[in-house]
Amino acid sequence: MQDETAAHVRDTVDAIYRSDSRRVLATLIRLLGDFDLAEEALHDAFATAVELWTEKGIPVSPRAWLISTGRFKAIDRLRKSARFETADVSALERLEVTETPDLEEDDVEDDRLRLIFTCCHPTLSPDAQIALTLREVCGLTTEEVAHAFLTPPPTLAQRIVRAKSKIRDARIPYEIPSRSDLPARLDSVLHVIYLVFNEGYLASSGASLTRADLSGEAIRLGRLLVELMPEPEAMGLLALMLLHESRRSSRATPAGEMILLEDQDRSQWDRAQIEEGVDLVERALASHRFGPYTLQAAIAAVHAEASNARATDWPQIVGLYDVLLRTDPSPVIELNRAAAIAMRDGPESGLALIDAILVRGDLTDYHLAHAARGDLCRRIGRTVEAIAAYERALELATQEPERRFIGRRLDELRLTSPR
Amino acid sequence: MKYLCLIYDNEKEFETMPRDRVEKMMGEYRAFGDGIKKSGHYVGGAQLHPTHTATIVRSRNGKVSTTDGPFAETKEQLGGYYLIEAKDLNDAIQVAARIPSAKSGSIEVRPLVEANA
Repeated sequence: MQDETAAHVRDTVDAIYRSDSRRVLATLIRLLGDFDLAEEALHDAFATAVELWTEKGIPVSPRAWLISTGRFKAIDRLRKSARFETADVSALERLEVTETPDLEEDDVEDDRLRLIFTCCHPTLSPDAQIALTLREVCGLTTEEVAHAFLTPPPTLAQRIVRAKSKIRDARIPYEIPSRSDLPARLDSVLHVIYLVFNEGYLASSGASLTRADLSGEAIRLGRLLVELMPEPEAMGLLALMLLHESRRSSRATPAGEMILLEDQDRSQWDRAQIEEGVDLVERALASHRFGPYTLQAAIAAVHAEASNARATDWPQIVGLYDVLLRTDPSPVIELNRAAAIAMRDGPESGLALIDAILVRGDLTDYHLAHAARGDLCRRIGRTVEAIAAYERALELATQEPERRFIGRRLDELRLTSPR
Repeated sequence: MKYLCLIYDNEKEFETMPRDRVEKMMGEYRAFGDGIKKSGHYVGGAQLHPTHTATIVRSRNGKVSTTDGPFAETKEQLGGYYLIEAKDLNDAIQVAARIPSAKSGSIEVRPLVEANA
């Protein structure tokens, strides 16, 4: 047995905590059948590791050691509390009769999927799915999640407690969904990851660094999902996030002012992320089982491959929007398609489509519909209409950088307006 | 004649109730349960987990959707039930009025449709 210095052991334990604590937790939840008990067991196991490994050396398989130690610690806890309360006795009996389980690599990886699918179970509220996923799968603290979503920590803690109690009391099973349930259940997981990413992506302004970290967490989650379950739409979503993320540094001035896609400095785009994103899109498309995330990623990939806005393959983008509209019809996608049509066929064609959407009443309160209309009017010199559209957009916009951008456009237009 | 007594009460209040009051209430429920067993009214009954553990299931055109809910925004939530055998509605009301939660919340008494013998 090797003589380990305390500092070396502590560093090793820290490193294993960072790389493996979520795996250990995922397996402990399966073995113990309870989130809270598994979390306590996880912390007990790591605390014991610091003590025992200094004395006896680091075990050959630290992860297996942590899992079985966590399980024994949990049994200890249940025994102690069973002396005072009767409620835990059945859990204890169940645990005591099951042998120490084999910890095959496949089981451990499956446990991570079980954890993801359980946290994103559709019978939990969307807010709870997000909070639980960030807490349990990503290992963020309750305070970090609360901060990122601008929610008071007690509210968020309550949300997590309730989600866990629903999992326990209503018996949400800890399992990977069956093949027939998989498409719907996977949608729910992808949606959670997408919402986390958007929360980080849209809040690009000012002092909210942690919100940019959210995009990073979403990408890590997306990677994990692709690694565990390489479904085309999982690849499509990861690609979509990478392709958007590649533009992060060029989307705003250092002062936090918004820069439109056509005005961005494309040399700043992250080539490695683009390459990875494009490769994933191609793999997802080749499967012929792709959906809306892959199509949106394909659109982002066309933008990423163009050296400037004019050189963009607009006919291809319009074609992709056509397919997207058929698989996932929505007025917002129609609006985006109209903007692509304007680039392909000229502003008048795009404007006619946007007016048709607005007349239908679908997006009358959506600021970007009015901003897009304002932009096209501006391009064809219909200044008065452009001003009116931007004014309406300003009334509806809530994000500060967007409001400032629309304000600047309005100032420019009022200068040229023949009033 | 069978009646279902649905117990509606403020679950938030129950969750934050001090331990001694919870125990007092549990004692009252035990006494009530023993009472209606002795009187022959009792058929069945149970306490429910709080509404945040609930799931709404809908099947439309063969597609099943599940969501969380109901939302506990109304003041009183369904927290449990008794199924009782009573002579008539008056008898059922007599029983329902003695359910401990009748003092803080409300009890909905619904007659069961009897299957034709």
